Amino acid sequence: MRLFLRLLFRNRLAGFGAVVLSVIVVLALVTPLLPLHPPNATDTANRFLRPLSEGHLLGTDHLGRDLLSRLLWGTRLSLAVGFAAAMIAAVIGATIGIVAGYAGGRTDNVTMRGVDMLMAFPYILLALAIVAALGPGLMNALIAVAVVNIPFFARNIRGVTVGLAHREFVDAARLSGMGHTRILLTEVLPNVVPVIVIAMSTTVGWMILETAGLSFLGLGSQPPQADLGSMLGEARGALITAPHTSIVPGVMILLIVMSINLLGDGVRDALDPRLRSGALARPMAATLVDRREPPPATPDDKSLLRIDGLRTEFRMGRRTAVAVGGVDLALAPGECVGLIGESGCGKSVAALSVMGLVASPPGVIAGGAVRLDGEDLVGAPYRRLRALRGNRVAYIFQDPLSTLHPLYTVGDQLAEAIRVHHPVSRGEAHARAVKLLEDVRIPNPASRAGAFPHELSGGMRQRVGIAMALANDPDIIIADEPTTALDVTVQAQVLKLLADLGRSRGLAILFITHDFGVVAQLCDRVAVMYAGRIVEEGPTAAVLTAPAHPYTARLIACVPELGGGRRRLEAIPGLPPAADDLPDGCAFAPRCAKVRPDCREGDVALEGTARKVRCLYPEPAERAAE
Amino acid sequence: MTLALRTEGLACRFPIGKRLIGPPRAVLHAVHPTDLAVETGETLGIVGESGCGKSTLARMLVGLQPPTEGIVEIEGERLGRADPATFGRRIQYVFQDPVSSLNPRKTIRQILEVPLIRLHGMGRAARARRIAEIFDAVNLRPEFLDRYPHEFSGGQAQRIGIARALAANARILILDEPVSALDVSVQAQVLNLLADLKAEFGLTYLFISHDLAVVEAVSDRIAVLYFGAVVEQGPADRVFSAPRHPYTQLLAESAPKVGRALGGGTSGELPDPLSPPPGCAFASRCPRASDRCRREMPLLRVIDGEQLAACHHPL
Repeated sequence: MRLFLRLLFRNRLAGFGAVVLSVIVVLALVTPLLPLHPPNATDTANRFLRPLSEGHLLGTDHLGRDLLSRLLWGTRLSLAVGFAAAMIAAVIGATIGIVAGYAGGRTDNVTMRGVDMLMAFPYILLALAIVAALGPGLMNALIAVAVVNIPFFARNIRGVTVGLAHREFVDAARLSGMGHTRILLTEVLPNVVPVIVIAMSTTVGWMILETAGLSFLGLGSQPPQADLGSMLGEARGALITAPHTSIVPGVMILLIVMSINLLGDGVRDALDPRLRSGALARPMAATLVDRREPPPATPDDKSLLRIDGLRTEFRMGRRTAVAVGGVDLALAPGECVGLIGESGCGKSVAALSVMGLVASPPGVIAGGAVRLDGEDLVGAPYRRLRALRGNRVAYIFQDPLSTLHPLYTVGDQLAEAIRVHHPVSRGEAHARAVKLLEDVRIPNPASRAGAFPHELSGGMRQRVGIAMALANDPDIIIADEPTTALDVTVQAQVLKLLADLGRSRGLAILFITHDFGVVAQLCDRVAVMYAGRIVEEGPTAAVLTAPAHPYTARLIACVPELGGGRRRLEAIPGLPPAADDLPDGCAFAPRCAKVRPDCREGDVALEGTARKVRCLYPEPAERAAE
Repeated sequence: MTLALRTEGLACRFPIGKRLIGPPRAVLHAVHPTDLAVETGETLGIVGESGCGKSTLARMLVGLQPPTEGIVEIEGERLGRADPATFGRRIQYVFQDPVSSLNPRKTIRQILEVPLIRLHGMGRAARARRIAEIFDAVNLRPEFLDRYPHEFSGGQAQRIGIARALAANARILILDEPVSALDVSVQAQVLNLLADLKAEFGLTYLFISHDLAVVEAVSDRIAVLYFGAVVEQGPADRVFSAPRHPYTQLLAESAPKVGRALGGGTSGELPDPLSPPPGCAFASRCPRASDRCRREMPLLRVIDGEQLAACHHPL
């Protein structure tokens, strides 16, 4: 709740709306206690008094009634009617939506088509029809406005419920013996409430406006009762001679609706988990750079890509999570290096930092250098990064379905990727795209170029992802778990393809994975990451057969291998440390079986030349040689 | 030994492109008629790639998906199309995604209490005792009970999922990819916990996974699923070391393994499920396929001792 309020007031407009609305609501609530003229007392001698006249702060209307008094009483009524209509619409609409969404099938179909039909009428026409059938009066106007808004709630809530009804926890509840009604009330409803609140907060303003509209037409509140709409309606005749009689209720309607809408938008942004996580704040085109120390000096070597002391942090308010805490890694031309680690160890963030692709905010590159042929890319201008992205350094991501655009054919997307970096004609780009699809061994490349991503299987989509990465003949491919989402038989095909392409085109590949088997088959060298740092690095065969860091050794022991028979598996007790709460000394110390007191003090350096290890007491070489 | 679970001709078909009136446009055969038998105390591993129907099969076994035809017998009793609650007392399900299987708006205690109240009608004191017992069995600290699911890591959330299944006091657990969302170091913790619980409570497991090595490590017997049908079945130590069906062989060779060169020579993918081939579904990818394979659907038959395969030309 406190988080919600903080988020809400971080949005200044929403805060302003909240203040204005609360002032109006408080005024409306205390109206009966204020020393006001009676709102309906006529005094024709004092008609159309201007504002600031004696005894009448806002003047009087065509019957000499005090405008301030009528305004406050009218606001009170309009707010009450608006909120009541919103409540009624929300309750009925949400009930229809939840039941339809949960039941699915024919119930859903019939109910929602009915709701659609209701929605097909222009809302004001529908409201007029309802009032015409029931007769004029504030209560009937309220009913009409509520009914008109039911479809909006029903459709909104149904959409959310359909998603929830197929979630595993609903299945689990059924297996736990819950009936449908109970599941709806205790499992589905609590998860839908935020959506109902959001929908209400954004529609209350509309409902007040619609009620005012009906009253303006004389179908809502009946004289002498004042509400904002009827005040406007009565003042209409004297619009030119006594404009204040229209302006006063008009300004009030404007203030109410505006403040409710501003507040409603704020509530929506603060409650919606997707917006809360920062999706609304568009990430910048390149990761922010805030290096407190000058970048380390260029070492004299022939690496194609060299990462030196890279630090990437996520700064969220007062918390700073160090996702990458000083990573050094070099990639020679034509070499395949594996970066292996468990989820959350920072391997993907390190890879994304290379081209400044970590989302900012909250990501910040806080130190180190990334050198491509000796040129430091950290802090390079966006134009320079853009020229390199996809051109010299290309990425392949885990889930090709979310990286390919769903509305363009794969051929068009490939052609676009080519045309960004090469001034070629549309036809030539298309021909190249088909050639690329052929290179990644997609059968019938010419016809598959016209396919949309959803028409391809997972394996085919990942081949398209690889073709996209190859589009501009890059020197380096950074592959972030490219086969994790694929089945083993397809994974084997894709890995084979990557290995062949790497060899035939002389590509350097940085292969990020959590799978030792994949690394063993594909990579020349491997670096093992734990809690944001590399703990061991060396030639793949040497690291896998004789791991020097206790973490590597134990992690390899955890991986079951085919052909081992039925057995108990090795496990590492405990969990990796949280990135915003790293322990002093060795990050693996709390889980390590060989930990000694000095492991927990001071920084442990990554030592060695061809074989590097970050451990004070590495596994002995003689045992490793066995 | 008694049978914990038996199916006979269990099949599931989904109509695709339903119309308000008249027959659907097409029918998808998610699971072809399947006969399975699991003995009490046994672990049957089910292996298959995505889309092979393994989750649909599992959901039918617990009553979450009504079968189109065939029967399900649990502990000798035919349940067929009974309510999931009736299944719930005998057989429970552990879901793949540990976090989304827990309602984000309920505390762990509220989640665990549901089966105790609904299935066993326990009183408050009895419930508290039983929850403490179960929580201890899955190695979780009791102070976790009053927290919400998002506060837990994947491994902890999966333990809670297992605790919920145990709370229902079922003797059979369907484990649907219980460790594939977890990191290897945590995966081993959960697998070992499952082995301990099985010994302690005398449970029967149906272990579904796409990870051959994991399945081999935990199972007594293994069934290999391809395109909605069991293509091979046999003792765990034989199925992958001496496969009889060419598909099993392909699977075993495709699994990435330290110290083996990249395989993956055969290409090809699953056939279109809406227009399945008349013969063997694997024929288009199979190096041994003959004309007979393309014409005639092979049936599951005994090849050698306990090893069964659905193949005209077994290895």
